[in-house]
Order: sequence, then structure tokens, then C-alpha cells
Amino acid sequence: MRALLHAILAAFVLATAAPASAQEDQRPEISERLEIGMSTDEIAIASDFRGADLTIFGAIEGYDPNLLAQGKYDVVVALEGPKDNQTVRRKERVLGIWVNRRSMTFELAPESYSLSSTRDVEDIAPAAVLNSIGVGLQHIRLDPIGFFGDGSNISEFREAFRRLKETGGYYQRDPGGVQFISASLFKATVKLPANVPNGTHVVRAQLFRDGVFISEKAMPLRVVKTGLEQMISNAAFNNPVSYGILSVILAVLTGWIASVVFRKD
Amino acid sequence: MPDPANPDPGESLLRGGDRGAADSGPVAHRGNAVTVYLPIAEISVNIFIILGMGAAVGFLSGMFGVGGGFLITPLLIFYNIPPIVAVATGANQVVASSISGAITHFRRGSLDIKLGTVLLIGGLLGASAGIWLFALLRRVGQLDLVISLLYVILLGVVGVLMLFESVKALRRAANNQPVSLRKPGHHNWVHGLPLKMRFKKSKIYLSVIPVVVLGFSIGILTSIMGVGGGFIMVPAMIYLLRIPTNVVVGTSLFQIIFVTAYTTVMQATTNNSVDIVLAFILMVAGVIGAQYGVRVGQRLRGEQLRALLALLVLAVGMRLAVDLVLTPDEVYSIVSEGVRR
Repeated sequence: MRALLHAILAAFVLATAAPASAQEDQRPEISERLEIGMSTDEIAIASDFRGADLTIFGAIEGYDPNLLAQGKYDVVVALEGPKDNQTVRRKERVLGIWVNRRSMTFELAPESYSLSSTRDVEDIAPAAVLNSIGVGLQHIRLDPIGFFGDGSNISEFREAFRRLKETGGYYQRDPGGVQFISASLFKATVKLPANVPNGTHVVRAQLFRDGVFISEKAMPLRVVKTGLEQMISNAAFNNPVSYGILSVILAVLTGWIASVVFRKD
Repeated sequence: MPDPANPDPGESLLRGGDRGAADSGPVAHRGNAVTVYLPIAEISVNIFIILGMGAAVGFLSGMFGVGGGFLITPLLIFYNIPPIVAVATGANQVVASSISGAITHFRRGSLDIKLGTVLLIGGLLGASAGIWLFALLRRVGQLDLVISLLYVILLGVVGVLMLFESVKALRRAANNQPVSLRKPGHHNWVHGLPLKMRFKKSKIYLSVIPVVVLGFSIGILTSIMGVGGGFIMVPAMIYLLRIPTNVVVGTSLFQIIFVTAYTTVMQATTNNSVDIVLAFILMVAGVIGAQYGVRVGQRLRGEQLRALLALLVLAVGMRLAVDLVLTPDEVYSIVSEGVRR
């Protein structure tokens, strides 16, 4: 529905902005499509993982050669991490002590977000377009839920959220990370941060033509952490009772063995 | 719960900054030999720092006969371990540091099982209430603050009391005055309470109310602060309940073992916050350190050392207090709710 709306909008913009170009006017429908491919739909990473690059290949199909030659097509590829409700809290001074006073919870925001594009997304399309499809670090959908007062501080909390995610390395961007390797074939490099969350990520690619959103393609990518540390973490979250009992047994054994080993008699 | 608001300096030193495996070949291998990744705390730490912490606190606990939980937890917090993990893991490590003492007292029979059981009932109730409070505080984002505040109060009070006591003892030793013990069996208001019960081993006829209340309070401390609570329970049993000193330590250890074990399981179940890797490193270093602490403690005079421990306790409390008052670098923080899709 939204794509259709954009298509209509695009046709309208083109019709008004470039009346001289009769060829554009008669275009019956927008036929460009995006295809992307990855060599895998699952990545296993060890606990000493320090970040890596993920390469995604793609092609624009049904493109207009003239527009392609003019560089009117832009591609944005994002790796979105698992989504969760995330609460931002702000400390304030109360009786001399710094206390969490205000908070805002954003509904199902991605835990990580790595963006790669042919050029800076802000130059690819107007902010309104980016907001509507939630593309770009400044345009990811951050909807507060629960009680958040009169909403006057939404932008402040959104800004803090993005800043913390960026400084923590969870959100990153690479304008120039998408490169055309032939006329319509492109290669996108998205960064997997060192602290990439475990779970199902989504690779989402968008095609823009002259600032207009044309089409989108999404593929799931499972990030599976491996190794002893992850096994322990899985046990702690999936079998918490056994894990707790095991922790106690380990402590009892450690203390008991020590008392036997160090016994004086 | 990776918290981007508090990126650990240790982690950023070792793991951050060198993202992109391709361009960081030599850098990626840096420090692998000494770092260990803590799966629940979700940070990389230097194993020797954790071993050193465990050994030092174990040494002190062996020397002074304390559990050491009240030092381990703040030290872990200083080293950027999330307080929620520090507390739950602290309770787990107290199990290991208390077990050998508990076994010894059990063998000798120097404990009152009936009294210990009444204390334990209070302790389990208190720990359950504490875990519930812990989860509630976590949900409203005040957990870290409450843990720090409780530690500032506890370490402040314990440190000041210990300092006064040891200075008094030092003066007494200087004047060659004999140590005056309070007379056991001397009654106070506690002995006027109803619901009395006879504790044969302790040769005492006592209301269960103060015993349960004491156990309950210690249970809350165990679950919210990750301490065994012996350093409060022992004086309270001696001075308030007038329980004979020969069974006090064994009985309190009996309560501590079961309450800390219960708290560990409850923390793991409710908050998924017990880091078994961190706990194990601390335990191993702790039990070894304690053996040497015991030996040194038997040879050295106690008063000066107690004064030093008091100063250490006060310093740790002060540092926590300063962190609460100083303007933080970052006033915002993010937590994921764990409703993942």
C-alpha cells in the first residue's frame, strides 16, 4: 500500500517537476525491482568475535538505462538487529545524589543497526520519505509507549537513544558502503559490530530513484553465537533453575575441595 | 542486557575500536591470554584482576573470619561489572567461602540446629521478599542506586563501629587493662517477648520473634546486597539475643549457607544474573586466599589489623558515596526490556 502510494506520489512529482520529459509521463508503472543475495542465512560467531564485514550482492532489475547512466538510482542496505522494547532513562540530581528520574520506552526498536548506502542517506531522499520507511539512523521508527506525559521531551529521549547506540557501536553507518560493480550490479558492505546481538537480524535493502522510494527487499539473517560462553548464557536463560542449582553445587564443591586440600592433619 | 550507556573501559580497550576483522589483524590478538569473557555480565575482563580481587578478599576473610561478600560486591561494581550481576554472583561466592567453616562446625557439633532452623526460616522468607524487591527495583530503574546506597550505609556503619572498637582495644592494650566481657545470661527487653521456645544446645529460653526477624533482615541483605551477613548476625546474636559464643559462629554459618544457596538459585531464576564464570574465578582465588589469611591471622595481633580493615571498609564506602554524588559523564542509559521479537 505504502509502495503504491509512493509510486503514485513519484509519478505525480515527476509529472509536475519534469513536464518536458514526455517519456517519463507515459511510463505506465514503475517496474524497477531490487534483488539481493547472500551466501548464507546464518552466521556463527565465536565469543572472541571483534566485528566483521558482511557483503551483500544485489541487482536493480527493470531499470531505466538513461537514469542509471545519470546516477539517479540509490541503494540503501541496512542490517537491523533483533527488536525489543527499550527504555531510556535520565538521571537527575535529587538531594545531591544522581537518581534515574525520567524515562521513556520505545516500542520494538532494533538493538543494533548498521547502515550502508551509495551516499549519505540524507542526500538520497527527503527526511519525510526516510521517516515514513524508517531508513537512516535519524529516521528509525522510535515510538514511545506507556505513559510519557505531554510528549514534549520525545525528541530529547530519541536523540539520547541514538547517541548512546552510536557511541556504544550498536548503530553505525557507512555512506559509500554500497558500490556499483557493473551497470546494475551492486555490492553492499554492512558492518557486524563486535557486540552484535544474538538472534534474528534482517537485511533490508531499498531502492531510490531520484529521491523517490521505489522498492524494498528484505532477508532474514540469523546471528548465532557459539562457544562455551554462549552455551553458559543459553543455559542461564533457558534452564535458569538447573543453572542456579549447578552454580550452588560448583560453589559447594569448590569450598569443600579447598577444605580437604588445605586440611592441616 | 548490554548497556551502551556504560561502555566498560576494559572492554573498549580490548574489544572496541578495532572493529572490522580485516583491518585489525595484529590488534585482534591483543590481550587474549589474560582476558576472559563473562557470559552473563557480558563484558571482557582481565582474569588476573578478578583472581587478585578474589584472593585479596579471601585473604581478608580468612584473617578476620568474615565472609567477604561485603567487599567483593563493591569491588566488582568498581570494575564495571553490572551491580545486578555483582550482587547475585557475590551471593554465590559466599556459599563457597562459608562451606568449609560450616563443615568444621557441623563436625564439632558447635552449632544449635534448632536455633539455626528458626533463623533459616526467617532468612528464606527475607530472601524471597528481597528477590521480589530486587526485581521490582530493577523494573523501575532504581536497583543500582539502592544497591549503592545500602552499601554506603552498611560499609559506613560497619567501618565506623570497627574503627572505634579497634581503637578502644588498642588503648586498652596500651594501658594493660583486662578485656571486660559482658556477662552472658544478662536479660534485656528481647527476653520479655512472647512465643518462647527452648533451645537446648544454646541453653537458652528465647522468643522466636527476634530470631525470625533477625533471620529475615539478613535474608533481605543477602538477596539485595549479595552478602552472607555474618558480620551483622554474629554481633546481634551475641549482644542482643545473648546466645553463648561457642555456638554463635556455627549457627550463623548454618543459616548463611542455606540462605546464600537459596538466593543464588532465586537470582538465577528471577533475574538470570548469576555469572558462573565470574563466580568460579572468585571462588577459587577466594578459598586459596582464605587459607593464607587464616594462617597470617593466627600469628598477628588483631587490633591494628582490625583498624586497617575498618579503614579499608570506610574507603570502599566513601568511593561508592562519591560516585553517587559526582556528576556522571552520561546521564542517559538504555535498557532492553527482554520482550524481543
